[in-house]
Amino acid sequence: MTGAILIGLAGGVIAGLLGVGGGVLFVPGLVFFLGLDQHHAEATSLLAIVPVAIAGTLRHDSYGNVRRDDALLLGLLSLAGAASGVALANVLSGQILRDGFAALMVLVAFQLVRRSLAVDEHGGAAGREPAPAPAAAGGDTANASPSPRE
Amino acid sequence: MQAVAESRAGRTRRLALIGTLAGLFSGLFGVGGGSVIVPLLILWLGYEERTATATSLAAIIFVAAFAAATQGLYGNVDVRDAAAVGVPAVAGVLGGAWLAQRLPRRAIALLFAVVLLASAVELVLR
Repeated sequence: MTGAILIGLAGGVIAGLLGVGGGVLFVPGLVFFLGLDQHHAEATSLLAIVPVAIAGTLRHDSYGNVRRDDALLLGLLSLAGAASGVALANVLSGQILRDGFAALMVLVAFQLVRRSLAVDEHGGAAGREPAPAPAAAGGDTANASPSPRE
Repeated sequence: MQAVAESRAGRTRRLALIGTLAGLFSGLFGVGGGSVIVPLLILWLGYEERTATATSLAAIIFVAAFAAATQGLYGNVDVRDAAAVGVPAVAGVLGGAWLAQRLPRRAIALLFAVVLLASAVELVLR
């Protein structure tokens, strides 16, 4: 129980600090510290993510950052994929899932490095506040017009 | 008119594709899918990073809740562990957002990337 609480706290702090999702921390935390097998760790992580996503959404929504129509559409259109993913996870062995998850962690690490270097390039905007002000993140001007390759 | 309708259909198609990929990712790996949604919203729909992150979080509520419910049907969800992790995590996120204003975030991001890589190796060797 204490272990689970510590995983949640630590995962939450990192998520809030870096904007990295909870799951990439919860799953290895549950495997390493609570001894869950990969299937149970992934399933339990999914449920643990829900309150984190709700809290994060409320906070961002108060700044007007959530595009509700797109979010709703994305959410609803993801359900078939989610059901397929879960079904697939349950036919794969824990070993394969674990190796796949390790690859995912490498991907997230890569994204983190690239993003933090990009932020630095644009004038060290580290520690940006989730405020409605235009972000200093890269690619804003290039992305100003929607769907250029329609 | 037709161009507008066409572009709206194109938008919906892209959202459907992003949603499906994120759902697959989420269900397969037990994550929210933000590492798929955020870059694709920026790349395909011209989102700015902050809006992409916020919209992704809102979509993840649906993705994770539905994937968790599906996993529940397989008997894999430990509700007590999930609550023990998820509820303190909310407090952690708020604390982390507060800390982000006060700590050198770039150094922490790089440090955490190293921790992720080390954990990945540990996971494979386990």
